[in-house]
Amino acid sequence: MSPNYVITQKQNLSETVVRMEIRAPEIAKRRRAGQFVVLKIDEKGERIPLTIVDSDAEAGTITIIFQVVGKTTARMAEEMGVGDAFEVVQGPLGRPTEIENFGRVVCVGGGVGVGVIYPITKALKEAGNEVVSIIGARTKDLVILEDEMAAVSDRLIVCTDDGSYGFHGFVSVVLEDLIASGERIDRVFAIGPVPMMKVVAEVTRPAGIPTIVSLNPIMVDATGMCGACRVSVGGRTRFACVDGPEFDGHEVDFDLLTKRLRMYCEQEAEAYERHRCGWHGN
Amino acid sequence: METERKQEKKEKIPRQAMPEQDPARRIKNFDEVPLGYSPETAVKEARRCIQCKKPGCIAGCPVEVQIPKFIREIAAGDFLAAARTLKETNSLPAVCGRVCPQEDQCEKECVLGKKGEPVAIGRLERFAADYERARGEVSVPPVAPPNGKRVAVIGAGPSGLTIAGDLAKLGYEVTVFEALHKAGGVLIYGIPEFRLPKAIVEAEVAYLEKLGVKIVLNTVIGRLKTVDDLFAEGFHAVYVAVGAGAPVFMNIPGENLSGIYSANEYLTRSNLMKAYRFPEYDTPIIRGRNVAVVGGGNVAMDAVRTALRLGAQNAYIIYRRSEKEMPARIEEVHHAREEGVKFLLLTNPVEYLGDDGGWVRGVRCIRMELGEPDASGRRSPIPVPGSEFVIDVDTVVVAVGTMANPIVPATTPGLETNRRGYIVTLDEWGRTTRENVYAGGDIVTGSATVILAMGAGRKAAAAIHKKLGS
Repeated sequence: MSPNYVITQKQNLSETVVRMEIRAPEIAKRRRAGQFVVLKIDEKGERIPLTIVDSDAEAGTITIIFQVVGKTTARMAEEMGVGDAFEVVQGPLGRPTEIENFGRVVCVGGGVGVGVIYPITKALKEAGNEVVSIIGARTKDLVILEDEMAAVSDRLIVCTDDGSYGFHGFVSVVLEDLIASGERIDRVFAIGPVPMMKVVAEVTRPAGIPTIVSLNPIMVDATGMCGACRVSVGGRTRFACVDGPEFDGHEVDFDLLTKRLRMYCEQEAEAYERHRCGWHGN
Repeated sequence: METERKQEKKEKIPRQAMPEQDPARRIKNFDEVPLGYSPETAVKEARRCIQCKKPGCIAGCPVEVQIPKFIREIAAGDFLAAARTLKETNSLPAVCGRVCPQEDQCEKECVLGKKGEPVAIGRLERFAADYERARGEVSVPPVAPPNGKRVAVIGAGPSGLTIAGDLAKLGYEVTVFEALHKAGGVLIYGIPEFRLPKAIVEAEVAYLEKLGVKIVLNTVIGRLKTVDDLFAEGFHAVYVAVGAGAPVFMNIPGENLSGIYSANEYLTRSNLMKAYRFPEYDTPIIRGRNVAVVGGGNVAMDAVRTALRLGAQNAYIIYRRSEKEMPARIEEVHHAREEGVKFLLLTNPVEYLGDDGGWVRGVRCIRMELGEPDASGRRSPIPVPGSEFVIDVDTVVVAVGTMANPIVPATTPGLETNRRGYIVTLDEWGRTTRENVYAGGDIVTGSATVILAMGAGRKAAAAIHKKLGS
């Protein structure tokens, strides 16, 4: 027996990014910023981790945001709608973000990572921090949660790689300028593609600004059982699912993370290809 | 006189061999290797039992199955009665008949074994349980009327399922909380299909549900709710049976290269997620051509035999002691050898070598020799200087043990653990330092066997009943 994890709302945020609300009353009650769930569509599906973007304890729902990157997310975007249910929504998993009043914080989100940084930004704001947020995407149409981020930030800077909207350039450049201008920054939170987090960590390192990143390696059980998600932090092997997902960005071995994320590239491409070609045999 | 002559005759029946899938064929599939006794063979084997007045076999069984009785029933051709007898004390007979180390337990105590070969108790247990299931006549024993007491069990592995069955029969309202999306614990994620078909585990779980046990999946206690929350929800007792699920790595250079798995991950992908059926199932697994499995236990054998079935040309066991010290069951080592596994004994990995893409391409090993016995009583391996060599591999599975998963202990104030993170029990009945919290199985003992975990579940059931039942 397991609860019925029904989709109660679905909305396309961009061509490839989707927002979903799912019924999961106990998780909605319990979860804190920075935690994630593991989803599985059906019997033959894989288990994928996704950050809980928001929750409504009264309605008993949680919100997730995902980008279509492979078969599972493509099926979620194309085949699943309001009223459909997941076989598995397990959580909340991972350690919650350490939230306190640090003073002045900068929240940096890139791409679909803005969905992950949003609940943290909101919690930081509620804890009394002065929040500057920098969010970015490749192009204007891919910018997500601008209004939501604006609502929980004292200042919001939007960037696009192609200059089609807001600042023309990477989020890390904006952050670098901010640091160079001498503004006091007590802590940086950076969540997005691995190269973005790596660059942000490099930008804050000389200034000695504590920098928290959230890692999304491959996971299976996500309860500390399998070690698929092992990452190297400060030369020590840690499991992102139970020791993280957030770590000191200055200590993370991003190159190892990048390599381990590519472990199933071939299989993922094969599964996605078969899915797109409508292949349903055995 | 007559009985004596009869016994003499009985002892002349040889122990009946178990028919098995041919090695060359079976390494191309995930079907079960031992095929099971036919009714005729089972009766023949059962008739070897001399029905001792003081049966040592029962004492050798952690859950005290009434062994002579069920064997007598098989000998008489009443297979369903045998299955019922088994289930009086063992909620998972089809599982135990397959994965118990009978050679170290019941069969070790069998009188026939003193001079010749013991009765094949495990094979007979499997036969009776399979017969009942195949006939679709799974009996449900009488369940006591509800006594109004609620017990929460954390973990749907062998220990948790056992206590759930026992308490349900006594009239308790039992809820089992399972972190994963299927009940069974190691029986589902760890032990491969070719050794324990998952349909059997599912049938045993369905039987428990028939007894009234409620199983709640996808629920990580310590995250979604705590042990204290369970008491607040009205549970009268909690049994912690979360296993020793955290993988151990060796902390040698290169261990995080792509292609290197913990045994837990490799087996979970293959068994729980059915990655061996990718792309029909969505979860992938690396189908290595040259696969090294590090370790000498049953889990290592399961992993290396899985690698063969996934298409490995060379499948190695790397073990630092000699075959004599291997913790794996003899039967498992035998099966692995038959299937073509190469054993690199007295060998230990010291470093993994990778390519530019971060993939494992080789393992540097060192030869070992055996010195003085260590704390475990086994002779301890000592590296031979200058004996290093490299073997080419593209996949590695580290199967050198597991340790306690800290999620439940860390979120349960007052629940004492030892320095290795295992829960401290105050007595053999599973009482812990927290009132009405009991624990058993691998989270108390460290990784052990299915049947020992089940034995702990039985004892805790008795203790909880003694405390709450009146």
